[in-house]
Amino acid sequence: MYDGGKVIIGLIVLFIICTFPFFYNMGRAAKAPEPKLDTPAIKKLPEWERVCVQPTPWMRANHMRLIDQWRNWALREANREYIGFNGKRYTISLQNTCLNCHSNYDKFCDECHSYMGIKPYCWSCHLQKPKEWAKGELKEGR
Amino acid sequence: MEVNRRQFLKSIGLFTILGIGGWSAFELLVPGQIEAQYARKKEALRAKRWAMVIDMTKMDEEIAKKCIEACNKIHNIPDFYHPVDPKYKVDPKKARRWEIKWIWLEPFEHAFPDLEEKFMPESLKEKLFVVLCNNCDNPPCVRVCPTKATWKREDGIVMIDFHRCIGCRFCMAACPFGSRSFNWGDPRPYVNYRNPEFPTREKGVVEKCNFCAERIDQGLLPACVEASNGAIAFGDILDPNSEVRRLLREHYTIRRKPHLGTEPQVYYIIM
Repeated sequence: MYDGGKVIIGLIVLFIICTFPFFYNMGRAAKAPEPKLDTPAIKKLPEWERVCVQPTPWMRANHMRLIDQWRNWALREANREYIGFNGKRYTISLQNTCLNCHSNYDKFCDECHSYMGIKPYCWSCHLQKPKEWAKGELKEGR
Repeated sequence: MEVNRRQFLKSIGLFTILGIGGWSAFELLVPGQIEAQYARKKEALRAKRWAMVIDMTKMDEEIAKKCIEACNKIHNIPDFYHPVDPKYKVDPKKARRWEIKWIWLEPFEHAFPDLEEKFMPESLKEKLFVVLCNNCDNPPCVRVCPTKATWKREDGIVMIDFHRCIGCRFCMAACPFGSRSFNWGDPRPYVNYRNPEFPTREKGVVEKCNFCAERIDQGLLPACVEASNGAIAFGDILDPNSEVRRLLREHYTIRRKPHLGTEPQVYYIIM
């Protein structure tokens, strides 16, 4: 091999540069998200009624598709009632149905979205529940 | 193992049947999770074609202001003259340019430019008329929208999907009534009263009166109708027994710029 030493040194340097991010971040894994469900509205429900409109694993995977469909049904077809997987009827509304239970925006929505690097722009129009409301200190939704 | 042509074709046929039948059987037994699981609310008001009759003999400026305030509050409409925080103060010129109007007042010659006469009752000429989106039956704004962000609902209400609006403002150019307003900036700092049940808008979308579609679907009358003390009637114009039809039968009514053929559905009793 011509210039074997140089080539090998070059390969080592290349290897170090390519794998640097892995070594650099070793042992510093971001904490897995743990969305919290301890909002006043959820706590008030009996244990067996603490379900969303669909089972949790399904919601985890499909909530964005669901609310996308909700919007079309409600706005375009004027069908504003959703029948959940257990037959319970819900008003189709992100602001008035989803957020009534999931009022802890930071700990519920942001927890996973930040982890995944997703920035949904729901909240530039839809109003979040105020912090006091999420803590149960405010009775009215304002 | 030797496979002749006959056996080969047979096996292909068999596996095709198995493949198709097998998959559809699977689909039948485990149906997709997103099924049509929605319905119209029982209490929702229904009509073939919504329309509004504004009785200007009963409507005065005080009632009109009440109607406007009710609408503004319910729909989180910004007031650029009065920001929530004084640091967002804008000069009145800009505030006027940025104004968002769902329902507002116009003098006769602006509301009905083609009906203005040189000699006409002073009371009419100087009167301020309540104007709002006419929710036309033949809406030009819907025709020009390139993204289908605005459309006519089955019951005739012209709706906007703010998610889908790209802010091109074709609809504003198409509307002969100036019923649509554009959000030149973030309206949030100017929404003094926040109705938690309705969203605000964001920079770059067009908005207008929606005949309170969200209230109709919950079985409530539009906010302005409720606040009008009987001066505004709302109902199904295709139902001969409805309140609006009764008023149209008993009074002579005018509409804004009917000659343009947009078929406006807001009628005015003027005397």
